Parts: sequence; structure tokens; C-alpha cells
Amino acid sequence: MLSKFVAMLSFQLRRLWGQLISMRTALVLLFLLALAAVPGASFPQRDLNDGKVEKYYHDHPTLAPVLNRLWGFEVFTSPWFSAIYLLLFISLTGCLISRMRVHLPPLIMGPPQVPAHLSKLPLHERVETEREPSQVADELQSSLREMRWRRMRRRTDPDGTITLSTERGQLREVGNLIFHFALVVVLVGVALGSLWGWKGGALIVENSQFCNSVQSYDQFTPGRLVSDKSITPFCLTMKNFQARYLSDGQPVNYKADLRYDEGKSAGSSDPRKPYTLQVNHPLRLHGAGVFLINHGFAPILRFTDRYGTTFESPTPFLPRDPKETSEGVVALPDANQDPESDKKQPNVQVAFEGIYVPTAPQFPPFINSEYPTRENEGITLLAYRGDTGLDSGIPRSVYTLDQSKVRSGQLALLGSKFLQPGQSWQLDDGSSVTFVGTKQWMSVEISRDPGRLTALVGAAAMVAGLLISLFIRRRRLFVRLHARGDGTSIELAGLTRADSEAFAAEFRRIVSTVREKTSVTESGEPSGAQTLETVGTTHAD
Amino acid sequence: MPINNGLAALSNNLFLWAIVIYAVAMTCYAIEYAFGVRGLVASAAKSQVHEAAKVPVLIGAGGLDSSLPADASRAAASPARSGAAARWGARAMVLGRAAVLATVIGALCQLGSLIARGISVHRVPWGNMYEFVCVACLVGVTCWLIALSRRPKLRHLGLFVLLPVVLLLGLAGTVLYAKAAPLVPALNSVWLKIHVSAAATSSGIFMFGFVCGVLYLIRQGYDARTVAGREITFPFTIGVRLPSAESLERLTFRVHALAFPLWTFAVIAGSIWAEAAWTSYWSWDPKETWAFISWVVYAAYLHARATAGWRGKKAVAIVILGWGTMMVNLFVINLVQTGLHSYAGVS
Ligand code: HEM
Repeated sequence: MLSKFVAMLSFQLRRLWGQLISMRTALVLLFLLALAAVPGASFPQRDLNDGKVEKYYHDHPTLAPVLNRLWGFEVFTSPWFSAIYLLLFISLTGCLISRMRVHLPPLIMGPPQVPAHLSKLPLHERVETEREPSQVADELQSSLREMRWRRMRRRTDPDGTITLSTERGQLREVGNLIFHFALVVVLVGVALGSLWGWKGGALIVENSQFCNSVQSYDQFTPGRLVSDKSITPFCLTMKNFQARYLSDGQPVNYKADLRYDEGKSAGSSDPRKPYTLQVNHPLRLHGAGVFLINHGFAPILRFTDRYGTTFESPTPFLPRDPKETSEGVVALPDANQDPESDKKQPNVQVAFEGIYVPTAPQFPPFINSEYPTRENEGITLLAYRGDTGLDSGIPRSVYTLDQSKVRSGQLALLGSKFLQPGQSWQLDDGSSVTFVGTKQWMSVEISRDPGRLTALVGAAAMVAGLLISLFIRRRRLFVRLHARGDGTSIELAGLTRADSEAFAAEFRRIVSTVREKTSVTESGEPSGAQTLETVGTTHAD
Repeated sequence: MPINNGLAALSNNLFLWAIVIYAVAMTCYAIEYAFGVRGLVASAAKSQVHEAAKVPVLIGAGGLDSSLPADASRAAASPARSGAAARWGARAMVLGRAAVLATVIGALCQLGSLIARGISVHRVPWGNMYEFVCVACLVGVTCWLIALSRRPKLRHLGLFVLLPVVLLLGLAGTVLYAKAAPLVPALNSVWLKIHVSAAATSSGIFMFGFVCGVLYLIRQGYDARTVAGREITFPFTIGVRLPSAESLERLTFRVHALAFPLWTFAVIAGSIWAEAAWTSYWSWDPKETWAFISWVVYAAYLHARATAGWRGKKAVAIVILGWGTMMVNLFVINLVQTGLHSYAGVS
């Protein structure tokens, strides 16, 4: 009873497996894969651009939550997308195994036996000669070898009939197997990257130092199996940033002069090794790459508060348009604190909203830059005093002010002024702000992908396998020679799977060579001749 | 280096000339086609009288016969043709040759236009969508001319090859047009030369393959209707002048067998470039995603061709779908959505 059940189960499983690895299933899964990728290209994806997802939520408030529940914003990591490609690769693996079993043995064992009924093959011809079979067979073998049919199997039957079978282009199947195997290799490469790779983004101001650790990133995305220790140490400083533009403002070139050090000594002294970082020319370090992503300006404001304490530092502003008009906030939560007192006063903090223009227009308003380099820089400041909300501990964007504080009146607008380098603005309480100048900043993405090379090797093998499999034709040639009267009757037949037209021409050439070599009296077989003729007509078409 | 405005203008002029000349070629093909069919019908009627054995199909006269349609085109070339039919046929021949000549001249104009554009901006002439489409169309036309030089009988395909080419060039010159300018930093890479040239070339080949696929489907439909004795309506009426379904199917496959590895290479080169420019070699940006979708669809075609029960009509239908995905990538993605690719340069 149990054994019967097991037998049935195993039968069903085999059948299921057979279905899973069939060409038809592969085809259906390929279609599904293509179809499943469509939403990934139609809806914004979190991995690519979180901001766009937020915007989508704003524009489609009812649809967005539904899409979100269906993984519409992370299609390529969704369970249903994963299910499709995993099934496809299971099918692929099964298919590879079963096809290796079919195709590898003949590769090692050589051409198959000559079939019994040669006249049933699509290409078939008979040639008569007066010479004896073994002699003819020797002759044939050598001339076929000359025509590069090298893998040959010769057999002599007890009745004296000699058969020759030979084949060319077995590499085709090998190419096909390489291609499909390479797909698996690419997938392994991708998996390695997503498990052990990481990437992080950082913004580095001119002449400040960045050292590689998880804490120093503005945002950091680790792979599933990444630990803090696997992050290699290095430090770098940006010495100088150059951006070149055409007269109409189209960018031509960005260059950042770097000094870096890697390994254990990194961080112990100023980095020394020079590198010019450019778009498309990342800095490749041991186990990580540094890529230039963006750049901008960091205005330096010097603020002297009512007690005479001075604050001065560059604050990165974000570019808003291609002409580098930039916006940002300089918040001073420690301003206006009486140095004599220990108690913190919350409502005297100072913040400036600013619009920076590298090239100010001739006339106000000075809020749109005319050119992306610093030809006539200036900054429009809006001064606020009150509670900036920065002490609350709630993390928020450093590029905008907390508007709720402004609306509630906790943060009061004092006024606005346009300043150029060296100019100051005196506020009502005696404090003053000076626009000192600007530094440049660059933002970089730093990443490591340990599966990169594996994926690349797989991809290269894919192309190689494809070329082999699509351009090599596999074809077989069978010859049977049997004694007839004093001579030999030579029966030739050819078999190919694809592109029978070209092979028909090749077959005709072979037959005519055979005719010449055996210099003959022939008795053409009508059926064979007709086959050739029809094929010939198609060819001429 | 400054832009050479004279050359840039020359490039634009040559581009316009290419479209005009292609349009002339199309007209010639179309007239040849129309005359040719008239000649064919006339000769078919004649040969019906003369040779009772083989009765080719009559268009519009409710084809009475189910003999192999290939015979029809053969009959057109058969000595049985005489009188008016022969005159029609001869005129059509001349027009057909003129069409091929015009196609060659058009292609040379396009080539000149691309070279002038490249020299005027001191870079490879495939730095934006407009130039990309120009390269792809030139490749498509070149493929066609190569195929034609090998098999003169394919001349009847000319009209159908130039149709999408002229449409695409028209769109390139209007919707996608970008004036001569140097590259933005993100595009300034050797991989631009490699990735974009491979992508444009394979797109051009796919376009030719798409035309072959459509014609196969028409011919196949024509054959099927003939055999079933059903009325042959447009577009299947075109089928009468086309090469046999079998040879069109084979041509479709060959063209795709050439384009697919090149497309695979283009996608890989693109991801190597992406790795250098954007840190990760694959980020599922919409353009990448559609390139992947096209790749999978074309893989499905090659697969289907080897799958029992799929070879023929069903497999070739996938080719049509594949070209559809390429078009989505070209137009919808570049114009409607923008991802990381700063390539489009359309504003
Ligand atoms: C990851 C998914 C797959 C892709 C992208 C893919 C792609 C391709 C391509 C492009 C070809 C034509 C080139 C050549 O002949 O080498 C092909 C052929 C082939 N594939 Fe796949 N394939 C996939 C999965 C599978 C699976 C799961 C099977 C098993 C059923 C399979 C079996 C075959 C076979 C037997 C051929 C040879 C067809 C012929 O002899 O012409 N493939 N595949």
C-alpha cells in the first residue's frame, strides 16, 4: 500500500519536474518575467528615487497605498517577481542538467551509428562506382577530412558493408549550454552583490576630510550579510573642485582633486595620494569605489551674536537649477547664549534661510543665477530668531527650516537682505552676519559589490555562448558503401536541424566531390535527385 | 573646442535630403508594386489560358485555386508573359531599380549627415536620441541593402523597409531633435562609443527583422487564406508579391540571430558603463528595465522557434511584440519618464 503510494507520488513528482523543465514552461516563465518587469518601469521605485515615490503618493492618494501593498514601488525585490525568476532558474538548472546528459556523451563518444534507412533522411543521394568498397571508403574518409569533417566513425558489418558517420558543429550545443549556464553565473554574481555589497552616500566640503565608516555616511545601505567590520578603512580630502561649462551653461566637465590614503594607516595623518575624480572615472580602492555624483556650493557665514561670540562655518546648499542657484539653511541653535549663565535660553536661537547665486543678475530679485560658476556671487538671506526646533532631537532635513515653528510664531522672521562677499548685515539686537565667501562641495557614492566580477564573467560567457550557438550549425553526414557487382554502391545522406538550405548546398558539393573522386558511372536515384532539385529551387528563391 | 556651425547646418540639410530621397524611393517602390501586380494579374490571366496545368491565384477575382502561391510570382517572371503585361512589368522593373538607387543615395546622405554632425561637435555622432535614431535607421537600411545584394528578389520588400525608416526619421527630426552640442559630462566616456553604437546597430537590425516578421505574417496569412479558399483582403493582398513564407521566416530568424547577441552585448556594455558612472551596474532605471524586457521578449522568440507547436506564426508574433517594447523604450521612456539616463536631451 505504502510502496504503491510512494511510487505514485514519485511518478507525479517526476511528471511535475518534467513539466517544469520543458521548453513550454520556460517560454511561459520568460513571458511572465517580461510582463512582471513592466510595472517596475511604470511606477517610481524606492531604490531608485524615494522622492518620486513620495510625489506619487501625493498625486495619487488612493491608488498609492494599494500599489504599495502589492509591492508596486519595489517590484524587483517583491515576492512575485522573485518567484518568477526563481522558478525560471530552477527550470533552467533542471533543463541544463537534463540537456548535459543528452549532449555531452555524443560529444565524447563521437558521431552516432548510421541509421538503417538512409533514404528516409531529407538529403539523400546514391552514387555508383566500379571500385571496391574498402578502397572507396579510404578515399572518402580522406577527402571528407580535407573538407574538415574530422570526427568520423567507421564500421564494417559482417556482410562487408562499410558505414561512415561524421559530424560537424557539435560546438553548437556546447555554446547553447554555455549560454544557459552563464545565466546562472550572472544570477550568482547578482546574489553575491546583494548579500555582501554595500553603498553609502556622503557630501564632502572642500578641504575637509572624510573617513570610511558607517557613521560618516549621510545614508548607508548595507547588503544582507554586511557587518561594520567588513568596511575597509580609507580617508580622503577634496582639495579643489573644477566645473567647466559652455557659454550657455551646458556642463562640459567636472573634476575633483582628491588626496587619499587607504589601509591601516588611513586617518593617522593627512591623506597624501593624489587622484582626479571625474564622472565616469571613479576612484577604485581596495574593496570599494568612490563615484562622483553631484557638486555644489557651501556659503560661509560669519555670525557675531549679541554677546560677541562668533560662529563661522561653510554650510552646503543644494543646487536648485542647472545654473546652480542653491538653497539651504544656516541654523545656529547655540547663538545668543549668555556666556556668564549656564541656563540655556531657547527662544533666542538664530537661523538664516538663504538663496545663493554664483552669478547674480544685474537687477533684483537676486534669486536666479545667470551662470553656474562664481562670476558675481551673492546670497539672499532671510533672518529668523526664536526656537529652531533643532534641540528637540527629532531628525529633520538640514536644508529647510521647520515651517511649523514659523507658522506658530515660535520662529520670527526679522527681515531679508542680499549680501555679496565681505558685506555684512546688522540685525536689530546688535548681532551681525557677514557673507565671507563660498567653498565647493561634492557628493560621492561609495560602494562595494563583491559579485561584480562574477556577473561580468557570466555576461561575457553569455555572449560567447550565444555567438557559438547561433552561428554554428550542427550537421551530420552518413555514408553506406556496399558491394554491388564488381563495384560499390555509395549511399550518402545528410541531416541538420536548422538552416537546411545552406546545408543542402554543402551536401551537393560533397556529393559532386564524391562523384569526381570515384570517377563514376552513375545511376542517379530518382527520389534522391528530386529531393535535391526541390531544395535547389528553394535556394535560388 | 567650438562647434562648427557650417558643418552642423550641412548635417541638418543632408538629413532632410535623406528623408526626401527615401520618400522618393518609397514612391517608386509603391508604383512598381502597383504596376507589378497589374502585370502579374494580367500575366496570370494569360498563363491561365496558355498553361492549364498551373493556375496562379487571381486577386479580387475570387482566387479559384489552391496551387502554391509561390507560383504566382514565378508566373510573373515566366516567358508566358507578353503584350501589355510585359510592358507594365518592364516599366515596373525600371522603377524598382530607380527605387533601389534612391535608397542607396538616401543612405549616403544619411551617412554624410552623421559624419558632418560628428565632425561639427568633435565627438561620435550618437550622443542623443535624435542621433541614436538616425544611426539605427541607417543600420536598418544598410541591412536591407545587404540582404538585397544577396537576393535581388527581396526588392519587393523595399517599400515596407522604408516605411518605418521614414516614420522614425520624421519623428527624430521633429520630436527628438537636438541641436549640435558637445556631450554632458555623464556621457563623456568610451562606453558611450561602445554601448550606444551597439544599441543603435542592434536596434536597426531589429527594425529590419521586424519588417521581415510582419511580411512573413502577411505572406503566411495570404497562403492560409488561399488554401482555405477564403477571400483575400488587405493587408494579405500584399502577400502575392512577397517571397515564400518559408524563406521570410528563415530571414526573420537570421536577422534576429544577428541582432540578439549584439543587443545582449549592448546591454552588458551599458551596465559596465553604469557601474563606472552611477556605482551600480544595474539599477532598474526605466530605460534599463525596458531594455531588459526587450531582451527577454527576443529571448522568448528564439526559444519559441525551438518549442514544439510555436514555430511559425506564433513565434514571429513575438518579434512584433519585441519591436513594440523597443519603441516604448525609445519614445515613451525618453519623452514621458526620465530616469538616470541623461541621454534623451529633449526639452
Ligand atoms: C533564464 C531564462 C532563459 C533565457 C534568457 C534563455 C534564452 C535562450 C536563448 C536566447 C536561446 C537561443 C540561443 C541558443 O540557442 O543558444 C535559447 C535556446 C534554448 N533554450 Fe533557453 N533560455 C532560458 C531558459 C531556458 C530553460 C529554462 C530551458 C529549459 C527548458 C531552456 C532551453 C533552451 C533550449 C533547449 C534551447 C535551444 C533551442 C534550439 O535548439 O534552437 N532555456 N534560450
